[in-house]
Amino acid sequence: MGIAIAIVRMKDLFAVIMLSGIYGLLSASFFVAMDAVDVAFTEASVGAGISTLLMLVALTMTGRSEHPVRHKPVLALAVVIVTGGLLIYGTLDMPYFGSAEAPIHLHVAPRYINESMQEIGVPNIVTSVLASYRAFDTFGEVVVIFTAGMGVLALLSVVRRPEELAKIDSLNDSMHEQHLILRIVTKMLIPFILLFALYVQFHGDYGPGGGFQAGVIFAAAIILYAMLFGMSTARRVINQSFIQLFAAIGVLLYGSVGVISLLKGKNFLDYSALSADPVAGQHLGILLIELGVGVTVASIMVIIFFNFAGRRHNPQNKGNDDSC
Amino acid sequence: MLAHLPILQVIVPMMAAPLCLFLTRPRLVWLFALIVSGLAFLISCILLQQVMTSGAIIYELGGWDAPWGIEYRIDQLSAFLLLIISAVSTVVLFAAHTSIQKEIPVDRHTLFYILYLLSLAGMLGIVATGDAFNVFVFLEISSLSAYALIALGKDRRALWAAYQYLIMGTIGATFILIGIGLIYQMTGTLNMNDLSMRLPEVAHTRTVFTAFAFIIVGVCLKLALFPLHLWLPNAYAYAPSIITAFLAATATKVAIYLLIRFTFSVFGLSFSFTTLPLQILFVVLGLSGIFAASTAAIYQKNVKHLFAYSSIAQIGYMIVGFSVSTTTGLMATLLHLFNHALMKSALFLALAAVMYRIGGVQLSQFQGLGRQMPLTMAAIVIGGLSLIGVPLTVGFVSKWYLILAVIENGWWPVAVLILLGSLLAVVYVWRIVETAYFKPPLAGSEAIKEAPLSFLVPIWVLVIANIYFGIDTRLSIQVTQVAAQSLFGVGPP
Repeated sequence: MGIAIAIVRMKDLFAVIMLSGIYGLLSASFFVAMDAVDVAFTEASVGAGISTLLMLVALTMTGRSEHPVRHKPVLALAVVIVTGGLLIYGTLDMPYFGSAEAPIHLHVAPRYINESMQEIGVPNIVTSVLASYRAFDTFGEVVVIFTAGMGVLALLSVVRRPEELAKIDSLNDSMHEQHLILRIVTKMLIPFILLFALYVQFHGDYGPGGGFQAGVIFAAAIILYAMLFGMSTARRVINQSFIQLFAAIGVLLYGSVGVISLLKGKNFLDYSALSADPVAGQHLGILLIELGVGVTVASIMVIIFFNFAGRRHNPQNKGNDDSC
Repeated sequence: MLAHLPILQVIVPMMAAPLCLFLTRPRLVWLFALIVSGLAFLISCILLQQVMTSGAIIYELGGWDAPWGIEYRIDQLSAFLLLIISAVSTVVLFAAHTSIQKEIPVDRHTLFYILYLLSLAGMLGIVATGDAFNVFVFLEISSLSAYALIALGKDRRALWAAYQYLIMGTIGATFILIGIGLIYQMTGTLNMNDLSMRLPEVAHTRTVFTAFAFIIVGVCLKLALFPLHLWLPNAYAYAPSIITAFLAATATKVAIYLLIRFTFSVFGLSFSFTTLPLQILFVVLGLSGIFAASTAAIYQKNVKHLFAYSSIAQIGYMIVGFSVSTTTGLMATLLHLFNHALMKSALFLALAAVMYRIGGVQLSQFQGLGRQMPLTMAAIVIGGLSLIGVPLTVGFVSKWYLILAVIENGWWPVAVLILLGSLLAVVYVWRIVETAYFKPPLAGSEAIKEAPLSFLVPIWVLVIANIYFGIDTRLSIQVTQVAAQSLFGVGPP
């Protein structure tokens, strides 16, 4: 709460971003306290991790401090307070947190808890709900992320001639050369980050984790590399149009698992069609779709970062209305 | 494969979108998108036909039965909406390739079609699903792609308009999410059918009441109900012309669908119309929307702005029909939903053609266009007549039913006000007619030619549909009647 108020009052955007990172981390700890480790993991990697990074990149384009605003949005504040007040007042009679009689614990959840092990065979119930019972929602979420990436591409991608690109990159790179210690530490860390991402990816069935978190962590490693070793080196590893295809492949992988079950005469995303043994089929299906999620999330994060970073130091666009 | 049509309806455009990245040439991508959209249209036709003969279709995703899994539930109402969305999308897409040549840089064309297909898939998904949280997921897909599409507009102000829409749309979506979260908390289920059975038990709690209020406000933001309409005019005016035609005919309709779905199917009629003074609230807001927006339309200098304000007014008519909360009233709303999609897609496509030839749609640029682009202007005139509600056009049919519904309820003053509102439409349509036909062409505009065939064909398909469904009302009346009756729980389920 204190941090949220500080974020609103602060004029220095750099501090605001740092605070929002802390805010994300704090909410993650809240989620841990509420025993929602999967959500906490996602919040930590997305809220505290990658979104802070992306905001920092955006900051390099817009400048560090907020423009002073003259008008005082009193009316808006009043509306927000009234709405928030009503929300609190209106939900006073909702079931207590953790109450065993709360409807959510009595209706749908018991089957998830008691039978998912037999039906799906995955110890992490969150994974079996996300990836099998409600797999279509997750497919939708992946498409949301894909949409966001395509939106960023449509709005920000600038096609430049190679020599122009090289000029911008060398300018960017020269800024990084002095960070020797950072570079070496990063070089040591990156393999572990990548390995951790893969662990999170494939261990999602058993512990907290899964495609979303793994994709974000994987992307974070690449972004870290690009930040410290310069865009041109990073571009040599990852080609822009190549990574776009990768983003598409992730979505298609997820979708085609569904289509295969369609072709086998079962309903869309019914993994039991994938193998003779339904539980083995569920396992395989979850593995494949999590991979699809991971690939798309990682590629989209990298695409967003590259396109934000690619717009820096562009004389035509500098100080234009990117900030609006 | 016939049994899988409900899901194919949504995943065909959804999976076609990433496939577009593998096609290299924009023209190819356009053809591909057109075929996909046409396929979706075909599926929706078969679905509607199936639903009309044998009732609602239920499809369990992942083979899990509801409420544990997600189910698709296609009833008359959703099949009707699916048909409208996919039909408009296909017709509009026909003109897209020509139109965006002049409005969007070539290297963005592929991305344009990807976002277009995603937006289409998102809207189809909202309508097809029977799961409250799934609605939110697809709402995000359709809205995110819509924001990006609007921001692609040629005018720099498009960015600002898209940003405004993004903020308002996100608030709306968040409100809907809060509402869905609260009802999940009170019932433990997300399935709409299941919700409708379990909500009455907890209907007296304040939490459910709050959830209802949040969902209604969120949906009303999305459907641009007066006074929550402020994002709409600029978003429509500065978006690429094709997108204006597509969104004007579909996006707000989907929001109206959600309003009907949540009030009638999820919360149930007796809850919805007794806990909140919804009826009086919506009549007042609907009518003030009609008058405020129609008056604003009269003073617009940009014709896209003009028709955007007219859209807000038309939403007012739909809301008035909704607030009557009788079968006839709901029928009027659904009819107007269909008819307005036909009118506005025709009108905005005609504006896209004008944009293509002239490069702007300021009213002053319309001088003398009646002679230079006779077919396009004739389409605007017929679309305008339909907007006013002249007999033999679709606009007449829906106004007729609306007034019938209002009078049935004994609301005479409302009926008079609706007629007065139509007079305002006469004024703003006349302004265009006057400029286009009775003013001499601007100097130096002799070279303006009629729009190319890729515009004229879809425009006139829509115009003829405007007249055809104004004369032969069997299909639209039958479908809306059955849909309205099934929402009220009478007639076949």
